[in-house]
Amino acid sequence: MSAITVENLVVEYGDLRAVDRLDLDIASGEVYALLGENGAGKTSTIEVLEGLRTRTSGSVRVLGHDPADASRDLRDRIGIVLQSTGVERQITVAEAVALYGAVYRRPRPVGEVLELVGLGDRAEARCGTLSGGQRRRLDLALGIVGSPELLFLDEPTTGFDPSARRRAWELVDALRSDGMTVVLTTHYLDEAEHLADRVGVMSAGRLIVEGTPADLQRRSGRTLVSFRCGGGEDELAAATRLAETLGNRVRLVDGRIELLTAEVTAALHALTSWAVEQRVDIDSWSVAQPSLEQVFLDLVGGAEGE
Amino acid sequence: MSDRGTWPGVGALILTQVRHQVRLFLRVPIGLFFTIALPLIMLVVFNAVFGDSTVASPAGEWPTRQFYTGALAAFTAVSATYTNLANTVPVRREEGILKRWRSTPLPVPVLILGQMLGALVVAVLGALLLLIVGVLAYGLEVDAAALPNALLTFIVGVLSFAALGMAISSAVSSADSAPAVANATILPLAFISNIFIPLEDPPRWLDLLGDVFPLKPFAESFQASFHPIDPATTPDASALAVVALWGVLGAVAAVRTFRFDPTPGSVSSGRRRQRGRQRST
Repeated sequence: MSAITVENLVVEYGDLRAVDRLDLDIASGEVYALLGENGAGKTSTIEVLEGLRTRTSGSVRVLGHDPADASRDLRDRIGIVLQSTGVERQITVAEAVALYGAVYRRPRPVGEVLELVGLGDRAEARCGTLSGGQRRRLDLALGIVGSPELLFLDEPTTGFDPSARRRAWELVDALRSDGMTVVLTTHYLDEAEHLADRVGVMSAGRLIVEGTPADLQRRSGRTLVSFRCGGGEDELAAATRLAETLGNRVRLVDGRIELLTAEVTAALHALTSWAVEQRVDIDSWSVAQPSLEQVFLDLVGGAEGE
Repeated sequence: MSDRGTWPGVGALILTQVRHQVRLFLRVPIGLFFTIALPLIMLVVFNAVFGDSTVASPAGEWPTRQFYTGALAAFTAVSATYTNLANTVPVRREEGILKRWRSTPLPVPVLILGQMLGALVVAVLGALLLLIVGVLAYGLEVDAAALPNALLTFIVGVLSFAALGMAISSAVSSADSAPAVANATILPLAFISNIFIPLEDPPRWLDLLGDVFPLKPFAESFQASFHPIDPATTPDASALAVVALWGVLGAVAAVRTFRFDPTPGSVSSGRRRQRGRQRST
């Protein structure tokens, strides 16, 4: 069963088309990550799904409702963690969770929610005194206090330190095993790789590719070749220039040259021939599937180049 | 569809919101000072300076010390509603608090009513405090027969000023300018409305100007119920009508212009913030 169906969604701000004929289908119980660079249309899309933004055209169903109707039933069944929402600074964390919980049909107990997000020891702190990461955890707490069936997370871990991120991931994993549907946007590719059942990549308002993280890596049809180049600056520069003729997304990472190519054999042949001719040492070769991040950069770069 | 149980009652929702609003108010020192403490200080200072003189009224000389209590109690009520809402609603809008509430199943009318009724409770508390001090320290006479009229005038007044506060909060462009807009509108009005200084023989245009705006009719009608010689037991219909008319206009404007987002229809603040941040990969 679909939790969310979107057909031909368009969102325009004046002349700017932020979302351009988007189709989306998210199953119940699925964790779906929407990726894309800033301005790709992720937040606009998610805000339409949440009923917080008016769409220009297209059809949208969320848990059987049109979110534009702002139905109370829908708002009760979804949880929303936005980047742009605040909370009253003068009340305590526990007061905030109780206050917001009281408007739902099935509020979770305050203590349980605070434990889940890791704010148990800050229950009596005024919301205005929380650090950035703690504020984000409070946002998460207020997103799940109504026992939602569908949770929207707009960049849930931005500003978290590594341990807080891991904890947030564990929380999402726990919610998933409760059967909750989760739609998240993120800048962090490893987050999508870790959390999402499926990933959709947006660019310029469109969904340019969609699939499981493993799918995306395979479907990119490219292989990541990387190597270390001996010699000095000149040799490194020459090798980089050569790499640029053999593939795309050439990067220098920790002294290694990386490139994505669809023709691995030809690339390896050209590189090794060049190295033999020039008497340059090339070592620690690796030929592997690209990471989701590399695929993402490749896809977004390709879409922008159109 | 899963069974999610029953909705919390509307009464309980409203009560929670009102308690929340009052709690917020009590925890903001600056609001407490301007709304509750400042009128009290003015009452003490004005009485110390002008307390022994009298104000002329059709029914006879009116000791200034009694005159001030009613005027300042009315002014406190206006601060608690109009000034308070004009200051706090834009902050809530800008900080995304209204947006968060909108994403919950709380009905929007309950959200708005909660803010207005919360302000109303503060108005009642502030006005009562001033009246009690007036009775104890400045010989304010309370005639039981005039109390229903006082109460009616008070309710019409605070509802109108709460509606006007909600309306002006939408006209304020940012939270930073909210205090300036609130004070720039209410303070000059207070001076021509006999709140701080009972004007002796003001020029006719100034008198008329005061009558057109809602503060003077409200303050004078409220004061009239505490007149020591001839307390008004029935409302001054035309004065109250002016106040109510402003209230209705304010309510219509408030409903038509209320916004959850700082910038309606355009790119939301979340996206703006996002764009300013470095992409971290």
